[in-house]
Amino acid sequence: MNATPGVFAVLGVLIRRDLLLALRRRAQILNPLVFFVIVVTLFPLGLGPEPNLLQKLAPGVLWVAALLSAMLSLEAMFHSDFEDGSLEQLLLAPQPAFVTVLAKVLTHWLLSGLPLLLLAPLLALWLHLSPEAIVVLMASLALGTPVLSLIGAIGVALTVGLRRGGVLLSLLVLPLYIPVLIMGAGAVDAAASGLAAGAHLSMLGALLLLSLSLAPWAAGAALRISVE
Amino acid sequence: MSNGAAAPLGLEAVGVECERGERVLFSGLSLSLGPGNLMLIEGPNGSGKTSLLRILCGLAQPSGGVVRWCGADINQARDQFRAELIYLGHNHGVKGDLTPYENLSIVRDLACAKQDVTLDEALDAVGLADFADRPARTLSAGQRRRVALARLLVTQVRLWVLDEPFTALDTRGVALVERMLAAHLAESGMAVVSTHHPVAVAGVDIVRLELS
Repeated sequence: MNATPGVFAVLGVLIRRDLLLALRRRAQILNPLVFFVIVVTLFPLGLGPEPNLLQKLAPGVLWVAALLSAMLSLEAMFHSDFEDGSLEQLLLAPQPAFVTVLAKVLTHWLLSGLPLLLLAPLLALWLHLSPEAIVVLMASLALGTPVLSLIGAIGVALTVGLRRGGVLLSLLVLPLYIPVLIMGAGAVDAAASGLAAGAHLSMLGALLLLSLSLAPWAAGAALRISVE
Repeated sequence: MSNGAAAPLGLEAVGVECERGERVLFSGLSLSLGPGNLMLIEGPNGSGKTSLLRILCGLAQPSGGVVRWCGADINQARDQFRAELIYLGHNHGVKGDLTPYENLSIVRDLACAKQDVTLDEALDAVGLADFADRPARTLSAGQRRRVALARLLVTQVRLWVLDEPFTALDTRGVALVERMLAAHLAESGMAVVSTHHPVAVAGVDIVRLELS
C-alpha cells in the first residue's frame, strides 16, 4: 500500500520531538542534575574535608548519586505521553513498540546520562579522586548510565498507568540497578587503588549489551499492557 | 456475519466479548465493515462504546472473540493493520507544549503521509490557520480537537476509528467532520464512529450498532 517511514527515520522524528518537548520544559531536565550535584557536595560537608576518607568514599558516592538522579528523571519518560493520549497514538503508529521505547531511552540518556557524565569529573575533583580514577569514572558512567535508562524504561512502562507509581517504580528498578552500581563503583575503586579496571568495565559493557537487546522489547510489551 | 465474500477487504469482528471488572459489557458481538461503509456505535454512557473501539483498533484485548483486518487477526498482522488505521480517542494526543503545526508535522512523519496536502492546507481546512504557531495548550478544547482532526487530513489510511469526534466542537466543526467523513468514504475509506449526535453524511449507507 503506502510506504511507511523506516525505523531510523522514525527514531529520528521521535528523538527530535522529545528533545523539543524537553526544551519547552527546561526545569524538568535541570532538576535531576542539580540533585546530583547537591547530593555529591553534601558528603564533604557532612564528613569533613579529610582527603583520604573522601577519596575512599568517592566511587560509591558518585555512583549512588548517579543512580538516584537517573531514578528521579525516569518517570517523565512516558508520563506526559500517557496523560494526554500520545502514548496510545505512538503504540498505534505503524512502527513496532520497541522503536518508540528505544527513542525514549536515547532521549532520556541524552538529557540525564550525558550531562551527568560531563559533570562527574568536576565533582570527582572535589572528592580528591586521582586523574586515572577520573578517566575510569567517565568510562564506567559512559557504559553504565545507558543501562540505567534501559532498565528504568521497563519499570516506567510497567508503572505508568498506576496512580502512585513513583514508589513502586523505585522498588522495582533499584534492585535491578545493583549490578551496575557494584561494577561501576568497583571499576573506579580499582583504578583509585592503582589496579586494573578492565574486568569491571567489561562487565558493564556486557550489562549494556544485555539490556540493550532485551529492555526495549520488555518495555514495549509492558507499555501495551499499561495502556489497556 | 460474513456474507460469503471471497477475500474480505475490511474490518471484521466475530463473537467479541468485553468484560470490565466482573461485569460483561457485551458478548457475542459481530460486525463487518467494507470499503465505503460508515458504522455508528450508539448507546448510553457506560455501555462500552469506547471499550469496543479500543478493541477494534487493538489497544485492548477482547475477553473473547477475534478482530480481523482483511481476513487476518489484527494481533498477527499488527504492523500492516496499524499502517491503515487512525484512532482518535478522548485523549487525542495533542501535545500542549508544541504548536499545532509541530504536532501535525510529527504525526505526518510517523505515518503514511498524504502527498498532496501540506500541513498549512490541513490547518487551514480545520480553521486553525491563524493559530498554527501558538502552543496548543493556549487553545480552547474545541480548537485542540480540531488539531487532532487535522491528522485525518494529512495521513493516507483506510480505517478511521473515531471516539466521540464531535465533543467540544461547534456546529461548523460538526459539519466539518461530516464533510471529512463523506470525502473519506467516497475514496473507499471506512469509518467507525461512536457518537450521541445524529450524523448526516450524504450518499452513504450508515450501519448503526446499538449497545445497551
